[in-house]
Amino acid sequence: MTKPAQRDLFPGALEMMILRTLKRQPMHGYALVQQIKRTSNDLLEIEEGSLYPALQRLLKEGFVKAEWGISSTNRRVRTYKLTPAGTRHLEREVSSFERMLKGITQVLAPGEL
Amino acid sequence: MNWLKQLFSRRRLYSELSEEIQAHLEEKVEELVADGMTPEEAIRSARREFGNVGLIEEDCREVWAWPSVEDVFFDIRCGMRALLHSPVFVVVALLTIAIGIAANAAVFSVVNSIVLKPLNYPRSEELVALHQLAPGAEGLADFESGLLLSQSMYVTYSEHNRTFQSSGVWATDTANVTGFAQPEQVRTVGVSDGVFETLGVRPVVGRWLSTADQVPNGPKRVVLSYGYWQRRFGGDPGVLGRNITVDSQPREVVGVMPKGFRFVDADFDLAAPLAFDRGQLILAGFGFHGIARLKPGATIAQANADLIRMLPIWMDSFSNGPGSNPHIYETWRITPMIRSLKQEVIGNVSELLWVVMGTIGVVMLIACANVTNLLLVRVEARQQELAVRTALGAGWARIVRGLLLESLMLGLMGGVLGVGLAYAGVRFLVAFGPSNLPRLDEIAIDTRTLAFTLVLSVLSGLLFGLIPALKYAGERSGALQSGGRTVSTSRERHRVRNFLVIGQVAMALVLLMSAGLMIRTFGALSKVDPGFSDPRHLQAMRISIPETLIAEPERVTQTQSAILDKLEAIQGVKSVGFVSEMPMEGFESDWDNIFAEDRVYADNTIPPLRLYKHISPGFLQTAGTRLVAGREMTWAEVYSLRPVVMVSENLSRDMWGTPSAAVGKRLRQFPKMPWHEVVGVIQDVREKGVQEKAPEIVYWAPLVHNLFAPAVRTATFVIRSERTGTEGFLKEVSAAVWSVNSNLPLASVRTMQDVYDKSLARVSFTLVMLGIAGAMALALGIIGIYGVMSYTVSQRQREIGIRLALGAQGEDVLQMVLRQGTRLALVGVAIGIGAALGLTRLMTNLLFGVTAHDPLTFLAVAALLILVALLACYIPARRATLVDPIVALRHE
Repeated sequence: MTKPAQRDLFPGALEMMILRTLKRQPMHGYALVQQIKRTSNDLLEIEEGSLYPALQRLLKEGFVKAEWGISSTNRRVRTYKLTPAGTRHLEREVSSFERMLKGITQVLAPGEL
Repeated sequence: MNWLKQLFSRRRLYSELSEEIQAHLEEKVEELVADGMTPEEAIRSARREFGNVGLIEEDCREVWAWPSVEDVFFDIRCGMRALLHSPVFVVVALLTIAIGIAANAAVFSVVNSIVLKPLNYPRSEELVALHQLAPGAEGLADFESGLLLSQSMYVTYSEHNRTFQSSGVWATDTANVTGFAQPEQVRTVGVSDGVFETLGVRPVVGRWLSTADQVPNGPKRVVLSYGYWQRRFGGDPGVLGRNITVDSQPREVVGVMPKGFRFVDADFDLAAPLAFDRGQLILAGFGFHGIARLKPGATIAQANADLIRMLPIWMDSFSNGPGSNPHIYETWRITPMIRSLKQEVIGNVSELLWVVMGTIGVVMLIACANVTNLLLVRVEARQQELAVRTALGAGWARIVRGLLLESLMLGLMGGVLGVGLAYAGVRFLVAFGPSNLPRLDEIAIDTRTLAFTLVLSVLSGLLFGLIPALKYAGERSGALQSGGRTVSTSRERHRVRNFLVIGQVAMALVLLMSAGLMIRTFGALSKVDPGFSDPRHLQAMRISIPETLIAEPERVTQTQSAILDKLEAIQGVKSVGFVSEMPMEGFESDWDNIFAEDRVYADNTIPPLRLYKHISPGFLQTAGTRLVAGREMTWAEVYSLRPVVMVSENLSRDMWGTPSAAVGKRLRQFPKMPWHEVVGVIQDVREKGVQEKAPEIVYWAPLVHNLFAPAVRTATFVIRSERTGTEGFLKEVSAAVWSVNSNLPLASVRTMQDVYDKSLARVSFTLVMLGIAGAMALALGIIGIYGVMSYTVSQRQREIGIRLALGAQGEDVLQMVLRQGTRLALVGVAIGIGAALGLTRLMTNLLFGVTAHDPLTFLAVAALLILVALLACYIPARRATLVDPIVALRHE
C-alpha cells in the first residue's frame, strides 16, 4: 500500500540517510534535504517533497522528535532530532545494509564464473 | 493508548505539515532568488524540485491514518457487493435471521417488562408483601394466598415494628355506584392508613387518603383510579370535592391516582379508607393483604424475625371476645414469609416466561445453524474467488475478517428487520397473551429490548460467521490447485455440516417434546370435571345488594329470589340459581373454622379452616353440578331458617369416610350458631382452576343464622339457556333484574365458558408459544436436512454417476442417500432425547396429568422427527437416482 519513497532507492534507504544526517546534528526539513543532496554530491536524485512522508514515518515510529523553533535565517521551522530509539534503529539498519551490500558485491565481483 | 492520541491530534498534525511544507518552499524560493533567479522562475523551480505537494501531503497523512478503520469500510463495501450478488441467499438468510430475532425480541420484551423491570413505584426494591404461612392451621393449604393479615395484626405490626418505614393493609371488594344513568358495579380497594405512603405514588389530582380519612364513622372519602376518572368524568379536574354515591352512600372525591397505578396486582376503580375502629378489633378476620416499605438496609430476613417477635404482642393485645383463649393461634404456627412486592405481583409466571424464552432461544440457535449451513455452501462456492484474492496479496486474516464482516452485516440487517417484526409480535403477544398475566399493560419494546436485540444480532452474526470463516482458514491451502473439479467429497468436508444437522434435529426434538408435553397437559386439563357442565350455555353475572340499599337480611334474600323468578320467566331460560361465587371466577372466597358436632375440640385448638359458600336452591341443577348424596335444600327451608347445610364430597370423605355417612351430621361456624344438619353432598369443584386441587367446601343457604352476615349480599347469578351471550338475551336479563330493583348493577356479565377459558389462559398461552417454537424448529430442521442432503447429492453427482455406470440400480442409490440422512436424524434424535430428559424437567410445574418424561410423548415426537427427516431426504435421494451417468461424467 505504501508507495515507494523514491524510484531509485530501495525501501528504507531514505529513512536511513535521514537518520544518519540527523545523528550529526538536529535540523529542519529544508536543511535536511540540502544536506543530503550535498553529502551525496548530487549523485542521488531526491525529490525534495519525498522527504516529508519519510519524516512522518520516522516520527510515528518514534525514531525522531520534532520541535518548532526559529532557524538561523530567522524563520519558524520544525527541527528534527534523533531519539535514542532512532540511534539504535540506525545502527541495526546500517549493519544489515552493509551485510546486504557485501553479499551483492560478492555476487557481482568477477570471480570463478 | 497511542492510537487514541493520534486520533485526536490528527487535525493539528495535518495543519503543521502544511505549514512546514509551505516554509520549505519559501526558503527554497528565497535561496534561488538570492542566487539570481527571478521570483517567478524561483517559484516554478522550487515546486518542480519539491514534487506534487498534494500527493506528498496525502502520503504524509497516510502514514498517520488508522488503516484498519479504512480497510474495514472497504471490506464492508466489498461484503455488501458480495451479498448483493446472491439475492436469493440473502433473502433466505435474512428472513431466517429476522424471524428468529423478532421472536426473541418479542418474548424478551415480555420477560423484560414483567420479570426484569422494577415495579412502577418509587424505590420499589424496598417494598415487600407481608406474606404468612400457618402450617398448623388445618385447611389453610386450600387457600393459595396463605394466611392474610387481620386488622389487629396490622395494627400490632405497624405500631411495634423496627424494620418498616411504613406499612398498610388492603383488600379488594366491589361496590355499586348509582346516581348516573345506569347503576354500575365497580372494583374497589379498601385501604388502611399507610398503604398510599408505602407505595409512594403521588396522585395526579388532589391528594391521597391520609390518617384523617381513617376515622371510623367520620367523613366518607374516596380516591379515583385514572381509568375511572376518564371513563366517568372525562378527566375533569373539577371532580375534586364532588360526591359520588357508593353503595348508596355519598363519598367525597379527594384525589385521582395516575395512569397505570395499581394496588400491588389489583386494578381498581375506587379506593376508600377501611376506617376500622381500633377499640373494636379482635384477633380474627384474616382477610387483608399486608404491604410494607423496609427501612434502608433492612433485609427480608430481619423483617421476618421482626414479625415473629411481634406475634406474641399481637396475641397479648387482642382477643376473640371474653372467655376465648388468645394464645390459641400458637397452634397455627404462624410463620412470616415476607417476599418482595415484585415477586408477589409476578407470582409463578416468571418460570413460564423463562421456559418460553428458553425455547425461543433454541429456535434462534437452530436458525443460526441453518444460516451457517448456507454460509458454508457459499464459502465453498467462493473458494475460487477467495483463492484469487489470496493470490493477489490479501492476507488470510483479512479474508477471514471479510467473511466475518459479511455475516455480521447479515446479523445486523436481520436484527433491524427483526425489530420491525417484533413490534408486530409484541402486539400479538399482548392481544393473545393471557389477560391474567401480571403487568400485561406494561409490555413494550424499550431500550433494554433494543440493546438485547443488538447483542443478539451481533452474537448470532459472529456465531454463524465463525464456522465458515474458520473452515475457510483450515482449507485455505491449495484452493487454487483443485481447479473446481467436482471430486467426490470426503467425509471430512461434510463433518461440520453433519454436526449442524444433528444439532438441529436434537434441538428440534427438545422443543417438540416440550410442545408435546403441553398438548398432553392441555388434553388432561380439558378432561377434568370442573364442577359445572356445558359452560357455553351458562350465563353468569354478579349482583351485589349493599346494606345501605336494603338493610334487612330477609329482604335481601327476597329480592334475590324475585330476581330469580324474573330471570326464569325469560324466554329460552331452562333454570336459574345463584352462588356466592362460581369456581374459577377469581374472587377471594370466604373461609372460617367449621365445627362438627361429633368432634371434640380441646380448649387450645382451632377447628380446621374451610372455604364456605352460599348457594340458592336450584343452583346445582342450573350449573350442572352433581349432587353426590342426600338432597338439595329448599326455598321453604331457606325462608324458615331451617338449620340445613351442604358439604363438598372431599369434605365428607375427609370427616366421615363416605358421602352418605355425612348426611345427617351437624356443623356450625362459631359457638353461638345453631348446629346445621348436612342434607346433601355436592361433587368437588375446581375452585381455583382445573389444575388446582379441589378445596373442601361448606355450602350454607343464602339466609343463615349468623350474627355477622345473615344473608349473602354479593352473588353470581347463573342462567342455563341456549340463548346465552346474545345481545337480545342480555338486554332481557338486565331488564328483568331492574324490574325488581333499578339500583342494582350487573357486573362481570359473561358465560362460564369465558371464565373457564380464562382460567386455562396461561396453559393455552404456553401451549401456543411452545407450539409456535416447535413448529419453527421443525420447519427449520426440515430445511436444514433437506439443504444438506441436496448439497451432498449435487456434490456427489460424479460419484453417483460412476456408481450407476458401474451397474448400481436407482434403488441402491436411493437407499444410500436415505441411509445417510436417516443416520444423521437418528443420531440427532438420540442426542435430543438425552437433552430432553434433562431439560423437560424444568417445566414440571407447568405440566398437569403427565410427567416430564412421558414415554408416549417421547416416542411420538421421535417418530415424527424421523419420519419428517426421511421425507426431507427423499427428494434429494430421488434426484440422485435420476443422475444421468453420461451427463455427470461429461461435466468434467
